[in-house]
Amino acid sequence: MKKLEIIIRTSKLNSVKAALETLGVHGMTIIEVKGYGRQRGHKEVYRGATLESQFVPKTQINILVHDEGLKSVLDAAIAAAQTGELGDGKIAILPVEDVIRIRTGERGDTAL
Amino acid sequence: MSAVDTTFIIVASMLVMLMTPALAYFYGGLVRSRNVLSTSMHSLSMLGLISILWALAGFSIAFGPDIGGLVGDFTYTLLRGVTSEPLSNAESIPGVLFMVFQCMFAVLTVALVSGAYAERIHFPAMLLFSALWLLFVYCPMAHWVWGNGWLANLGALDFAGGTVVHMTSGAGALAAAHVLGPRMDLRHGGGGLISPHNLPMTLLGGGLLWFGWFGFNAGSALTAGPLAAHALVTTHMAASAGILGWICVEWKYTGKPTTLGVVSGALAGLVAITPGAGFVGILPAIFIGFMGGAICYGAVLLKSRLGYDDALDVVGIHGFGGTWGALATGIFATAAVNGVDGLAYGNAAQMWPQFLSVAAAWIYGYLISRILLHLVDMVIGLRAKPESELMGLDISEHNERAYQI
Repeated sequence: MKKLEIIIRTSKLNSVKAALETLGVHGMTIIEVKGYGRQRGHKEVYRGATLESQFVPKTQINILVHDEGLKSVLDAAIAAAQTGELGDGKIAILPVEDVIRIRTGERGDTAL
Repeated sequence: MSAVDTTFIIVASMLVMLMTPALAYFYGGLVRSRNVLSTSMHSLSMLGLISILWALAGFSIAFGPDIGGLVGDFTYTLLRGVTSEPLSNAESIPGVLFMVFQCMFAVLTVALVSGAYAERIHFPAMLLFSALWLLFVYCPMAHWVWGNGWLANLGALDFAGGTVVHMTSGAGALAAAHVLGPRMDLRHGGGGLISPHNLPMTLLGGGLLWFGWFGFNAGSALTAGPLAAHALVTTHMAASAGILGWICVEWKYTGKPTTLGVVSGALAGLVAITPGAGFVGILPAIFIGFMGGAICYGAVLLKSRLGYDDALDVVGIHGFGGTWGALATGIFATAAVNGVDGLAYGNAAQMWPQFLSVAAAWIYGYLISRILLHLVDMVIGLRAKPESELMGLDISEHNERAYQI
């Protein structure tokens, strides 16, 4: 099992969610985050005063996937989130030791 | 006594009352989300405090029988003698109505000052300062200009409060910004990033202020006749031109027009036309509003140059807009509108009382405000504690949070 932390443009959330659902991903956790990478921030002007905003709002999707589904999920997420411009985001892939479904106590792959 | 005038001023009073909650929206949207309630409170609590003080003593100090051109006497304290019978200030409406119409101006003016000390003042200190400021700054100024005081006797023109309301609140705001010092996040090393938390709220407040301003300026005719209609039109046109003035300058210097620019420009135009609304023609009103927008845009930038933290630009918009308006009234006043000619119509002498009223409002307003601020600082302590300021005044001063998310 792997945990994916997918940081994407907020505007791409719906298309990524739809792409993942067609692959049978039936649950995800969404976090509204702020950060910067190569895109940096943007300029805001209030009554002539310019502020360089340091952090850009992004959306982070956390999902758990079976090892055998990993490649197709990654491909789908990248295809759905990509624009080719700076600021498309990052995906981190983390190993997962175990998963427990709290309702039934099931563990491992059956708990996903 | 006129039923039509009475009806008109009842409605105008209601419109001016609306401006204080509108100001709460306007200012509230401009601060950070942790201070939106405290900033709204600075305006809304004035409806309580200043209204009652006005009835107890303020009205008499401003509009009571004159003492030496400086203040009114105490004839009308506790509203003795203020009845359904007209007062000499407005002979076609009941005395109580004139009193409450002027009450709304007093509430708004004290609330305007709060833009300077937003996000850092200790609430009890704010209340004490506002009470003293009403009695020692606003009431004498109102008396000088509108209550047969020395400026009125010199012939200074101020139709609806460019001097009394806007310059006076601007001067008080400058003193407050000086005495309180900048917000912690603007101090060296504090990050320096403060942006409005809810501009749509500010736009709503700005729209409501414009609406209320019709009562403010047209109502200042104190009769329902053609002068009120004229003031309504000059007011509207100046606000409209103010938008264009601000936006033009902003577009040129920052590359993009902004909604905050639109609403700030409208406000600047409204401030600028306030003293002249019932004295100047409609085309000059458009010029006054346009220049008001452009001048106030520049004046707002002064605070970072000169290093005072006038948080919500009371000095830049009300102080400078009011100053421009008072001088422009001296230039463009015409006897065709209200019996007095200005510089452009051959009466250069009108500039002198206009200049004196500008100097008086800035000097008296600033000095007395500073004394009052230092006094309150000694008695209560003006600033919220550093940890309170960092946490936000909503929680630390009021035990409330605006947004439960």
